[in-house]
Amino acid sequence: MANLDHLIAASQADFSACEDMPALENAKAKYLGKTGLLTEALKGLGKLSAEERPAAGAAINVVKQAIEAALNARREAILNAVQAKQLAQESIDVTLPARAQSQGGLHPVTLTLQRIETLFHSIGFEVATGPEIETDFYNFTALNIPENHPARAMHDTFYVDDANVLRTHTSPVQIHYMENKEPPLKIIAPGRVYRVDSDATHSPMFHQVEGLWVDENVSFANLKGVVQDFLQKFFERDDLTVRFRPSFFPFTEPSAEMDMSWNGGWLEIGGCGMVHPEVFKHVNIDSEKYRGFAFGLGVERLAMLRYGVNDLRHFFNNDLRFLQQFNK
Amino acid sequence: MQFSEDWLRTFVNPNLSSEELSHALTMAGLEVEEMTPVAKPFTKVVIGEIIEAAKHPDADRLQVCKVNVGKETLQIVCGASNARVGLKAPCALVEAELPGFAIKEAKVRGVESFGMMCSAKELGLAGEASGLLELPADATVGQDIREYLSLNDNLFTLKLTPNRADCLSILGIARDVVAITGAPLTLPKITPAKIESQRTQAVLVNAPQACPAYYGRVIEGVNAQAQTPDWMVRNLERSGVRSISAIVDITNYVLLELGQPMHAFDLARLGDYIEVRFAKAGETLKLLNDTEVKLANDDLVIADNSGAIALAGIMGGEPTSVTETTSAIFLESAFFTPDIMAGKARRLGLSTDSSYRFERGVDFGNTLNAMERATALILEICGGKAGAIAQAITELPARNTVSLRYARLCSVLGMQIPQATVTKLLTQLGFANSEHAGVYTVQAPSYRFDIAREEDLIEEIARLYGYDHLTAIVPHAELRMLDTPEALLNKAWVADVLQAQGYQEVVTYSFVDEHWERELMGNANPIKLKNPIASNLSVMRSGLWGGLLDALTYNLNRKQERAMLFEIGASYFADKQSYGEQTQVSGLAYGEFQPEQWGDKARDVDFFDVKAIVDSLTHNQAEYRAEVHPALHPGQSAQVYLHGKPIGWLGKLHPKWQQHYSLPKNTVLFELAVAPLMQTKVAQYQEVSKFLPVRRDIAVVVDADLPVQAIVNAVHEAKIPLLHQIQLFDVYQGKGIAENKKSLAFLVLMQDTHKTLLDTEAEVAMTELLKLLEKQFGASLRN
Repeated sequence: MANLDHLIAASQADFSACEDMPALENAKAKYLGKTGLLTEALKGLGKLSAEERPAAGAAINVVKQAIEAALNARREAILNAVQAKQLAQESIDVTLPARAQSQGGLHPVTLTLQRIETLFHSIGFEVATGPEIETDFYNFTALNIPENHPARAMHDTFYVDDANVLRTHTSPVQIHYMENKEPPLKIIAPGRVYRVDSDATHSPMFHQVEGLWVDENVSFANLKGVVQDFLQKFFERDDLTVRFRPSFFPFTEPSAEMDMSWNGGWLEIGGCGMVHPEVFKHVNIDSEKYRGFAFGLGVERLAMLRYGVNDLRHFFNNDLRFLQQFNK
Repeated sequence: MQFSEDWLRTFVNPNLSSEELSHALTMAGLEVEEMTPVAKPFTKVVIGEIIEAAKHPDADRLQVCKVNVGKETLQIVCGASNARVGLKAPCALVEAELPGFAIKEAKVRGVESFGMMCSAKELGLAGEASGLLELPADATVGQDIREYLSLNDNLFTLKLTPNRADCLSILGIARDVVAITGAPLTLPKITPAKIESQRTQAVLVNAPQACPAYYGRVIEGVNAQAQTPDWMVRNLERSGVRSISAIVDITNYVLLELGQPMHAFDLARLGDYIEVRFAKAGETLKLLNDTEVKLANDDLVIADNSGAIALAGIMGGEPTSVTETTSAIFLESAFFTPDIMAGKARRLGLSTDSSYRFERGVDFGNTLNAMERATALILEICGGKAGAIAQAITELPARNTVSLRYARLCSVLGMQIPQATVTKLLTQLGFANSEHAGVYTVQAPSYRFDIAREEDLIEEIARLYGYDHLTAIVPHAELRMLDTPEALLNKAWVADVLQAQGYQEVVTYSFVDEHWERELMGNANPIKLKNPIASNLSVMRSGLWGGLLDALTYNLNRKQERAMLFEIGASYFADKQSYGEQTQVSGLAYGEFQPEQWGDKARDVDFFDVKAIVDSLTHNQAEYRAEVHPALHPGQSAQVYLHGKPIGWLGKLHPKWQQHYSLPKNTVLFELAVAPLMQTKVAQYQEVSKFLPVRRDIAVVVDADLPVQAIVNAVHEAKIPLLHQIQLFDVYQGKGIAENKKSLAFLVLMQDTHKTLLDTEAEVAMTELLKLLEKQFGASLRN
């Protein structure tokens, strides 16, 4: 039996010359195909004697394994090259912009309201709502502002007719809520309010958040505590303090204007006080047993301070270049 | 209320600087809105008298003056045309610092000058001046001008709350300063005038509830042309009141000083008697401001035999007013009740210092005192003889006692105030009080109209003790979780869906142009405002599209090419006797579907893009029916139904509106009621089939105008066994399909939850489906 070892080197050379799979398959056939050199050698085993056959067979097998190994190595190399080529062809400019819808976002007043709601929700305040076209009774009378009371002149009211107004504050929501629920009560009432006033610092429509807590032992000091806690969390500043200044609202007593420390000075941010007994009387709550505090915050004011907006009118012009600045 | 600090300090002079006083007032509830110095700072200006004036040798318009400034006589070159011998005027000495410049020794055209004679402008007292500030002949030479003209004074402007009518006078503010600081109060000495005239005027009050106290007196022989003294003019001017004539000035002065509105009539023009009564309906009166008012029968008037002569507590009448020739007056000091006065002046379009005070409450304990104060000033300034006071007094308001529980006070405020402090503050307030077992019994004085209940006293103590001393205490409360219904979404969910789809939220006015309401929204009866801020904001919106289109236009005018906007807000409707409103979510998409980009073929936004949004908001439960809306393209609009009820609209803006708003590209709008979108279900798990679904496609030809939804609904209703889902994936019209027909291709998913579906079973279901389509819609299988 002739030595077949030279086939190993020959096949390796042949395989290495192949650049693609069809060529490699042809080369494979030359050695391992039906009439391949190695196959022919195997066929020749039959001519050998029984004594010679095992040794010769083993020798052929060694060669065959070597050729197959060379074949597999080359096959993998070719496949890798093909894939690499394909991957190279498929490469893209990853810096091209995404194919996407434009980004949307919420109005800064909404963001502010949501933030306020979240903070108060975290200490158990529910959100309450009420109508914006309000009866004279809910907007004024039930809040201890009888007809012809000078305090009405403070409100610059929009009238729909003799008995209905656009609410001048969110305080009427207190009344609606207390009419239907028993204390203890903890609500905030966000919403639109209206005053006949329009200039650089006043909008005829703006937003307020009313807060109300009615329980047996609620105090004026608690009111200050809640408002201060809120402002510190809202602005994420522990150094903010609240100053109360005596004021007058017919529906609270004692009443106060709330000032917040800001850049070395004080900024007015709303009004507050202890719920007036006349208001409790209108909604049948025993003012000996229960006390409450209420406050009203100007939402645009908070939004302006929070986001550094310098002109109230931006909130209602709806300029996309303004609005998009608040998108997440 | 504006006033001079100096004037206030003649009543009470606490040991506080101007700034400290201002702060103390603000922190006691009398908010100082503004505190401004009367004059800008300047130094070394004294009263000088020109004792010689000679022409300047080298300048025609200049004079070389010798000016006596007290300690010495100075040579000063002066260019003012009114510089003359004998004139007293402010003289700035060498080294004086005036507003904006300093005075030095100088040579003016070769002549030495040691100071400057000043005009009001040079001292910063006036914007313009035509010459030297001429001072009265009795001014003291050498006196510092700031002292002489009281220029070290400050103007305080208080923003008073409506409950503090008692502070609408110097006396009232002074009383509160006493309450705050405990400093002593100095009152002007008021003594009853000597009765030297026999003349009286009969007074009749026919409306005692409206006028429980009326005092009147004749003063005859007055000089109506007397000069109002400088100090009075100054105090009036520093309260913003212009000097008119001595008698009018005096009544105004007493009003400012004591808070009592007064009125002087020309006696010669009065009838035999004075009557306080309600007006007769239709009665007219010519007022001091030259307007004629028509009165109603609840207007209170002062009348004589001839009819109404003054609007009580508001304004006097022109015919009986004091003039230069008046020699005898009838002086009125009265108390008109706030209940009667409330709103009357405003109804007549008037607001006067007098009505402002009476509406809020004037001290009825001081009416007579004010009469004597005014009398004394008139006699002093205008001369004359006072007659006896005629008076008509009925029942004055009562000041009931109010209880204050010390324990309640501390508990409401949430802070401990020493009981001795409470007693001290009540006393400083001038409130009569006694205490027994922790309960104070308090009676408020006649000038306080706002002390009727315990809370009023709690507030008084708190404000005087100082809100500054109030600590901020976070409340302790029961911890109980809030109800949190999972099936109920909130507005934030709606906003999130929209912003995730690229929509930008806007906030537009709730009041809109009436034209929009009528034409765009088809609302024949919009809710009108009686007093809109502008004619194009005069009605309440019944939908939000007007505002969105307005916001779109605003942005297109600023070079935006596309916009996707939404708003969540109320729409309003009239409901028989009352009004209603509901929260709506409204959206607008304009221009290209995507921002300009490189990857896809550009196309305008269309109905179906926005329909996807509506589907998301309605949890894919909405049904769309082709219906028309005045704002929308009649062939591309749908009313949106949820669970059988109409909840809103979706459609393309009508071309006529597109033209009206000058919109070159497509605009698609939707608006939905928010409440129905909020209701979802809490998910309930259902078995997930272990077996794979079988898909079959089917294409059928139907009439071109058949809505696809009708087919889908019919298939769902038919509940064909095993048929799990049917979904349209192609619509075709054109070659191979008859002109009035269309081909619809559906994918059909079939599923058995218990076993693998056999082909034969699937075939049975498909056959049943086809039969249904043939029968109900005349469909035929497309070859």
